[in-house]
Amino acid sequence: MGAVLPAPREEPTVSVKHALLSLLEQEPMYGYQLRQEFESRTGGTWPLNVGQVYTTLTRLERDGLVEAAGEDEDGHERWRLTESGHEEVATWFTTPVARTQPPRDELAIKLALAVTVPGVDVGTLIQRQRSASMTALQDYTRLKRQAGAETSPARADLAWGLVLDSLVFAAEAEIRWLDHCETRLRRAAVQDAGTTTAARSAPTSEMAPASASVDRRKGARR
Amino acid sequence: MSADLGTAALRLLDVHRVHGEGEAQVHALRGVTFAAHPGELVAVMGPSGSGKSTLLTIAGGLDEPSSGVVEVEGVDLTALDRSERARMRRTSVGYVFQGFNLIPALTAVENVALPRELDGVRASRARREAMQALEEVGIAALADRFPDDMSGGQQQRVAIARAVVGERRLVLADEPTGALDSETGEEILRLLRARCDAGAAGVLVTHEARHAAWADRVVFLRDGVVVDESGSAPVEDLLGAGRLG
Repeated sequence: MGAVLPAPREEPTVSVKHALLSLLEQEPMYGYQLRQEFESRTGGTWPLNVGQVYTTLTRLERDGLVEAAGEDEDGHERWRLTESGHEEVATWFTTPVARTQPPRDELAIKLALAVTVPGVDVGTLIQRQRSASMTALQDYTRLKRQAGAETSPARADLAWGLVLDSLVFAAEAEIRWLDHCETRLRRAAVQDAGTTTAARSAPTSEMAPASASVDRRKGARR
Repeated sequence: MSADLGTAALRLLDVHRVHGEGEAQVHALRGVTFAAHPGELVAVMGPSGSGKSTLLTIAGGLDEPSSGVVEVEGVDLTALDRSERARMRRTSVGYVFQGFNLIPALTAVENVALPRELDGVRASRARREAMQALEEVGIAALADRFPDDMSGGQQQRVAIARAVVGERRLVLADEPTGALDSETGEEILRLLRARCDAGAAGVLVTHEARHAAWADRVVFLRDGVVVDESGSAPVEDLLGAGRLG
């Protein structure tokens, strides 16, 4: 736990409010404990500072979702859910996360601009990004290996494992998308070259990037 | 085992491979330089037609380069004659393929023992080594089953046992998880990884990033050329680069 994790490129807007409420569904807890529980289940992927926990709790109390539950033996002030707090948690778990507004993806935006702004070496951009994304994927996988080596089947470890898998799949999707972009760009380059040379010579020209035309010729010969 | 980290288990030096002649010529590899060291798992990633399978068959002595040098444990394969190369292939190199390639008429343990028997090892010793290898991949209990009576994941474990039996130090895997579901595929990668952590050198060819990520290094191949490599630079540097693009 608490492993050093490369931060996902786009900080997801984790609903701190709902995370805290659902932890309190388990049992009354105090502020610092809430933070620890949140981080142990998500492996510290989205660090939560304790100030954020207290301000959120204050807001939740104002909205009538939590109330003070007295102090524990060590004098920590604990919180518990109110009736409407329980309802809020139930609603959260039964409502799908909204996917209507695509999160702003810096990479997609960068690539869209790179293919339209003149003078950008898009091929190199893709290659560098793929290499960097692969390194992140290797890091997640290394953490997975470590997590897998521990034999404790605790629920929190399972939760952390699932969070890691989510990061792994997202990084994989990004690399797959980069491969796809590369293939499309090559095809576009070959077509461009084809239209410009068709008038002058047969379409066996070497005007197209050598690499891309090899693929095409190989395919045609089989 | 880390003592011999200096010598590469596999080294390719400026390897070219050209198929066909004249008009029909296809350059599968164009000057690939590549190494895998004991204790290291290296992934080779690329789309179909990038030359990654050619690289693996050449590394394993199943195909010869048009030019360049291929060394397995310091021995230049191109300088060996046919039978010497076959011997090298049997004793030093283990293969894991996508299709498992087990012999259906032989049991699991017989499949694993076969390459040792071909080496001239006595049957009883070959069987003992095979059992040990099956133990290592966690399926000793299935030793007397035939491949058809095993799941895909179990068959691939047998194939891995066969690839590592008799202390072979170089394991070459071509899409070993291709036919398996993601959970089972991960088990196979875990085994390969464990084998490398125990001192073998591994080369894993795949088009799946998630699988390549189990490697220490990932080499990207495009049209027969190594275009990039990830995992060899300090993590912090690469993470910084990742954020800035």
